Amino acid sequence: MLEIKNLHASVDGKTILKGLDLAMGPGEVHAIMGPNGSGKSTLSYVIAGRDGYEVTEGSILFNGRDLMEMEPDERAGEGLFLAFQYPVEIPGVSTMNFLKTSLNAIRAYRGEDELDAMDFLKFVREQTATLNITDELLKRAVNVGFSGGEKKRNEVLQMAVLRPSLAVLDETDSGLDVDALKIVGEGVTSLRSPERSMLVITHYQRLLDYVVPDRVHVLADGKIVASGDAGLARELEEKGYAEFSKAAA
Amino acid sequence: MAVTQETVQTVQEVEKYKYGFVTDIDTDTAPKGLNEDIIRFISAKKEEPQWLLDWRLKAYEHWLTMEEPDWAKVGYPPIDYQDAYYYSAPKSAEEGPESLDDVDPELLATYEKLGIPLHEQEVLAGVKNVAVDAVFDSVSVATTFKETLAAHGVIFCSISEAVKDHPELVREYLGSVVPYSDNFFATLNCAVFTDGSFVYIPKGVRCPMELSTYFRINAANTGQFERTLIIADEGSYVSYLEGCTAPMRDENQLHAAVVELVAHKDAEIKYSTVQNWYPGDENGVGGIYNFVTKRGACRGDDSKISWTQVETGSAITWKYPSCILQGDRSVGEFYSIAITNNFQQADTGTKMIHLGKDTRSRIISKGISAGKSQATYRGLVKMMPNASDARNYSQCDSLLIGSECGAHTVPYIESRNRSAQVEHEATTSKISDDQLFYCRQRGIGEEEAVALIVNGFCREVLQELPMEFAVEAQKLVGISLEGSVG
Repeated sequence: MLEIKNLHASVDGKTILKGLDLAMGPGEVHAIMGPNGSGKSTLSYVIAGRDGYEVTEGSILFNGRDLMEMEPDERAGEGLFLAFQYPVEIPGVSTMNFLKTSLNAIRAYRGEDELDAMDFLKFVREQTATLNITDELLKRAVNVGFSGGEKKRNEVLQMAVLRPSLAVLDETDSGLDVDALKIVGEGVTSLRSPERSMLVITHYQRLLDYVVPDRVHVLADGKIVASGDAGLARELEEKGYAEFSKAAA
Repeated sequence: MAVTQETVQTVQEVEKYKYGFVTDIDTDTAPKGLNEDIIRFISAKKEEPQWLLDWRLKAYEHWLTMEEPDWAKVGYPPIDYQDAYYYSAPKSAEEGPESLDDVDPELLATYEKLGIPLHEQEVLAGVKNVAVDAVFDSVSVATTFKETLAAHGVIFCSISEAVKDHPELVREYLGSVVPYSDNFFATLNCAVFTDGSFVYIPKGVRCPMELSTYFRINAANTGQFERTLIIADEGSYVSYLEGCTAPMRDENQLHAAVVELVAHKDAEIKYSTVQNWYPGDENGVGGIYNFVTKRGACRGDDSKISWTQVETGSAITWKYPSCILQGDRSVGEFYSIAITNNFQQADTGTKMIHLGKDTRSRIISKGISAGKSQATYRGLVKMMPNASDARNYSQCDSLLIGSECGAHTVPYIESRNRSAQVEHEATTSKISDDQLFYCRQRGIGEEEAVALIVNGFCREVLQELPMEFAVEAQKLVGISLEGSVG
């Protein structure tokens, strides 16, 4: 469902991704691990279509369609979701309103009717319970004054509401204490399904204790330098990235 | 929040300036130019008493000695005051229709097209009944719900009618807040004002419905000089809203209105404006020059006047709705959203003059500039010697979209009382790429995302608007920023 071939991408004229290949099937969970500066966040932004992230070579197919041809909001409509490493504040716009605007935009893209206020509220309440998200938080402006844990839980809530076919989680575990990690980890795990693939980008093993991946890839200097099963993540945790980075050089 | 959602949906459906059409109707127009004869002509048309004609002429004489102000941060070629018409009325409205049934169908159709219901059985925005006074060029063409209001003792009519039917009230209050010599544009208005609305709420009455006036400029090369006077007697309450539109034309048109509010003891007036005059095209051609004087006097103790404005239209806006806080413990509020796009210029703000003890004022201003536009907040807070323990809080936030626009904040503070407190906060920010990308990753299109972010930025002010109009205002926010990104 996601097929990345020989992907080269640059930011501000600097080449970050240097021939990355990745293939994911439906329902699969893949982890991408790598040291700082290896191109992890660049990969997530390129997939989501952020301005300034220029693809110079290669291709990304999503459910057989060329992602490069699509605007960021179209990609979202097609079922792509990015959980941000640093969720953005939008003052004055309530989290509930943002969720509703977002869901209805995506439903409209797919030619579906919009949910009315009551159905929407009911639907959201079903999702918030497991994530320990209160109605009070839904009334607050998007990410404004949220703690690190609240921001990440809010990302997972959006994922639960938008039900993407591919979710890219960009360092969703960063900045979380043990308790928050547990809530987020279990939240993400509960969203695993045969219709939903996940690409978990992380620096550490710890999120993968909850979301056990089918495949683990090591990213170093803009390329995948090693791939394996969940055991590879534990091996990385023990040995560190140095060995793999050397291999890439 | 449901309201914002609706906005966002509607934004895409509405074309840029949908009010830009012209109604083809026979008009009765005064000869071009400005002189004593024109003023006599207007006064005669309205069958005014001698005192009012004298007042007009006195204002005109004074106006001839005045110079057009140039301190605002707006630029425009000199206005030729002789090259405009000062009176234009649809012929059918000349006699003054007796009831709604007599109103020219062409006019009714115009208001229908504008979304303003003049049939009383229709309701605006479906929430509750709103009484409407519709002013078309120089005359009021219809006022709805007059009988319902009269049952409560509320007078709501055109100012021309008020001059005839309630001369004692008009004579007592007209010019009592904005004197004829006040400023260049207000003085011009005193000389040539044509119509506008008059409201009187008797003692202890809470006005049973929203009152609104809808101003429409239709005729070409015609200035609109309306005059509104609202009096809230002791212990009364009224919420009033004005809306405005004009056809798209290549030449600029002058709009110089005066609004006077008087709140007696324990009375409250809530005055909201959704100003959507034609702003000119994307190259800055055409549009209304909106030079308006609005002022309210909190005459009695514990009275309150609240101005809320959403300014999205006009090529140039020059407007400072103000409060004179005379009564002890009286309260003045100013909530403003000013949006400029393309080549629009807005210099707007307020004046809070604290005279009485324990008076309070609150200023919340949100300026949004896009395109090549310039928006200035200009405000004065003045604490007079008797204003013991008076307080003011001002917050002025500016939001920039793109890199070719400007936002300016010019607060003037004068305090002559040691116990008075004045607080001022100001911020300037831009819609960030991060915010836009975040919204778009969630499936929200670019223009919709801008509308959402800007509506969020304006929330504190939007929530001050009456429910019925908040929806319209939110739509406007989106529409007026179309084409500002990308």
